[in-house]
Amino acid sequence: MKFPGIFLLILALFLLLSPKLSASDLEEQESLHSASLEPHPKKEEKVNITKVAFEHILDSHSWHFWGEGHDAVALPLPCIIYSTNKGLQFFSSSVFEHGHAEFNGYKLVEEEIISNDLEEKVYDFSITKNVAQLLLSAVLLFLLFTSIARAYKTTGITNAPKGKQSFFEPLITFVRDDIAKTNIGTKSDRFVPYLLTVFFLILLNNVLGMIPIGANLTGNIAFTLVLSFITLIVTNVNGNKNYWHHIFAPPVPKGLYIMMIPLEIVGIFTKPFALMIRLFANMTAGHIIVISLVGLIFVFNSIWISIVSVPFTLFIDVLECLVALLQAYIFTLLTALFIGTACADHNEDGVHNTDDDKAMEKH
Amino acid sequence: MTGSIAAIGAGLSAIGAGIGIGLIGGHAVEAIARQPEMYTKIQTTMIIAAALVEGVALFGVVVALMQG
Repeated sequence: MKFPGIFLLILALFLLLSPKLSASDLEEQESLHSASLEPHPKKEEKVNITKVAFEHILDSHSWHFWGEGHDAVALPLPCIIYSTNKGLQFFSSSVFEHGHAEFNGYKLVEEEIISNDLEEKVYDFSITKNVAQLLLSAVLLFLLFTSIARAYKTTGITNAPKGKQSFFEPLITFVRDDIAKTNIGTKSDRFVPYLLTVFFLILLNNVLGMIPIGANLTGNIAFTLVLSFITLIVTNVNGNKNYWHHIFAPPVPKGLYIMMIPLEIVGIFTKPFALMIRLFANMTAGHIIVISLVGLIFVFNSIWISIVSVPFTLFIDVLECLVALLQAYIFTLLTALFIGTACADHNEDGVHNTDDDKAMEKH
Repeated sequence: MTGSIAAIGAGLSAIGAGIGIGLIGGHAVEAIARQPEMYTKIQTTMIIAAALVEGVALFGVVVALMQG
């Protein structure tokens, strides 16, 4: 009986949000009409939807919650810039008034702080929306997991878990046993902290990104780049003799070395690269689909489209819940797999040691 | 007609991924029906393979997105 309640709640949310959105859309359209005399209102609207979609998935200097123009509710975030002329500077992003105002010779053009002086180079280290969410999620995870760890210390590991501990225990043991142990083997304990961190950081940020006001952090390529770069480092630092042997002296006829060695070296980098693209593209694509489905209402400019698009959006949203979990799982699983292949013991012919397999089964 | 040819590229990569994931899923179901006791191992392998196929498709989608 709970499901109809949730469904109604989500429908109510959409109904509450939609008049505001349509009003602002019309306002914007009117302003566009008065500004330019181009007789293509339909086309302009479509461009508008693309703009709205990209505003939602890209980073920003202020944390926008709801509303447009003057009614917008947003949290200004601190700007930290280093310029070649004026040095380090701190100020709030509210000084730009969403790109309408200039401050101290700087202006905000498409979320980029640029100087009016063309000679001056500006390096932007601002706490943007994504950075703010990263810090927020780091604090959340730290508080959550230190409290869980404390619970194990006080009640002991033999007692039944309580509260949030009982929610997270299956997830933690899942990462430890099903991801780390099955793919890395006997040496897995060293990597469990890293795998847990990656799993819960991605999971939390995927979920936060799905909340309408959340930032699309896991759909930011810089974020996934850093995560996959750490995986690259961890994999190669822990690569053993066999791993490097397979790269620089693969078990093929000597004549093939000229082809195989470059391929193997490229292979080192393509694996984390695929990790980076997979997470980024999955999350970005999910957000674009959701916003496009809602945007259909405004493209066709009719409330009747919502009969189709709202249930579809709900369906995609539920699917995205699965994807949020699945992508965290896949990133962690593949990281464990790469580490596992880098530090596995192989025979000369590349077959698993039977002793190693037995040790794994015992575990 | 408006839009760019990049959208066709995104569609083609989706077709490729559809065929690939369809084959993986179908064969995994067959394998599980044959040997239900291997369910967990087959499922893990299936998800890894599906992720790899999807990764290639997403390369296509990203390139299309950048062009379009």
